[in-house]
Amino acid sequence: MALDKSEVEKIAQLARLHISEADADEVASRITDILALIDQMQSINTETIEPMAHPLDVTQRLRVDTATEKDRRNELQTLAPAAQDGLYLVPKVIE
Amino acid sequence: MEWESVIGLEVHVSLSTKSKLFSGSASAFGAEPNTQANIFDLALPGTLPVFNAEALRMAVRFGLAIGAEIGKQSVFDRKNYFYPDLPKGYQITQLDFPTVGKGSLSVTLEDGTEKVIGVTRAHIEENAGKSLHEEFNEFSGIDLNRAGEPLLEIVSEPEITNAKEAVAYLKKLHSIVRYLDISDAIMAQGSMRCDVNVSIRPKNTTELGTRTEIKNINSFRFVEKAIYSEIRRQQEVIEDGGKIIQETRRYDSNKDITTPMRSKEVANDYRYFPEPDLLPIVIDDEYIAEIRAELPELPDAKKERFSKEYSLSNYDAGVLTATREMAEYFEEVAKGCGDPKLAANWVTGDLSALLNKNDLDISDSSIQAERLGNLLSRILDNTISGRIAKMVFETMIDDNDSVDSIIAKKGLKQVTDSGAIEKLVDEVIANNPDQVQQLKEGKDQVIGFLVGQAMRLSQGKANPGQVNQLLREKIMS
Repeated sequence: MALDKSEVEKIAQLARLHISEADADEVASRITDILALIDQMQSINTETIEPMAHPLDVTQRLRVDTATEKDRRNELQTLAPAAQDGLYLVPKVIE
Repeated sequence: MEWESVIGLEVHVSLSTKSKLFSGSASAFGAEPNTQANIFDLALPGTLPVFNAEALRMAVRFGLAIGAEIGKQSVFDRKNYFYPDLPKGYQITQLDFPTVGKGSLSVTLEDGTEKVIGVTRAHIEENAGKSLHEEFNEFSGIDLNRAGEPLLEIVSEPEITNAKEAVAYLKKLHSIVRYLDISDAIMAQGSMRCDVNVSIRPKNTTELGTRTEIKNINSFRFVEKAIYSEIRRQQEVIEDGGKIIQETRRYDSNKDITTPMRSKEVANDYRYFPEPDLLPIVIDDEYIAEIRAELPELPDAKKERFSKEYSLSNYDAGVLTATREMAEYFEEVAKGCGDPKLAANWVTGDLSALLNKNDLDISDSSIQAERLGNLLSRILDNTISGRIAKMVFETMIDDNDSVDSIIAKKGLKQVTDSGAIEKLVDEVIANNPDQVQQLKEGKDQVIGFLVGQAMRLSQGKANPGQVNQLLREKIMS
């Protein structure tokens, strides 16, 4: 399965990645190579094999429901470019 | 043309765990912004999710309550999209292997019949944060306290046919999650939210029309109104020769219309894949049996027991079991006074009217169940009449004194002293010769008037039964 440039642009948009016009062809051809590998894998007969959600054959450990984290807002907000009134500020988004 | 509508509901219920779904941050309502948002909730690099055991237990509780298949192995998936209140860039949810599979619940329709509505599935997922667009000029403010809080998304089958049924379904869900004590389910606070899928088709056809989704409706009444409004709109579009576009809309309660939310430039493509940071969750029969054994008596079972055990009408039993608090209150009053029917009348009548008037929950009632039970006991032992009891009840709203003290200090004790009653009766006979004559001539309904006169003379305190009896004796002999 080959991927063309417009599909690369769409995927890049969904992933919020900027891919320059100049790089688009190369990215398309590299992803096409990866898809070729997947095609090869898909040709294997897996009819008798149970799908698995995780490569490790172990199950999830559960956490006891207690609030263990302390309020570290002041410290954490120094990491953000902008904060005000306890809120993190981001460029305006309105749906 | 006649149309019929097909409605499906997606209800998000906020699970009332103490901590978040995948982190140890507190999840209390109403905290200062971002004071409950820590490194995992902010998606700082290197942080990993650790799944909350209680959220799983609550989801299974719900599943068992609606008779659903419980997923012995559930798997979390990533749903990818970009929005500032979702710092990771994906929501952890369950796609193909939800914890709760197919189940159903039964709702009582307006004509009293029961209808079973299927639940397709219920899956565990994390909530997003909150964006505030108003106050920061070119910025939006982000509060991540809500980010990562556990939600149960309950998806109904498209088996709901009108707005009233949708509300009945929603109220039943509300009742069940509150009985189970897994969520406050307060719509005004967002701990229960509802998305509605609506489509219409010509009556008695089977092919589904194109549906629209109305997002984030936050009250029972608006759910009903939004559905009416959207059905009306779809009919107008189609009857004018137009086509319904599959889209997301929002309900504007001021104008009572639905409007399209701005469609995204690129269609949503969430690119789901299994969450590599979490392992499959495996539960066994023993775990499920343990939770099943802890289930409380649920609304339907309680309703049935109430109508049998207390000989209540189906309607009264339904009203009294709508919330667990109401049911517990009623049972305490019924046990307190020993007369369930009288207790039911007062709880569904005067007490409910009082609560509605003041917009109070029964748990906030200034008249506690024990006191109402005492009041009713005083009717039953003839200390006061039903009419006087209403006066005492009014007083009890603001006066925390005991029922007996209120009756004593207001001088409301029923007059049962036969001498006093005889005096009243004599006075009534003397004052109303015409009616007395009519009664003698066999016009029996006049007795009501005469008893009324005696009650008025006694300011409601005479025992009406005694008055009635004595009047008859004196006039007829």
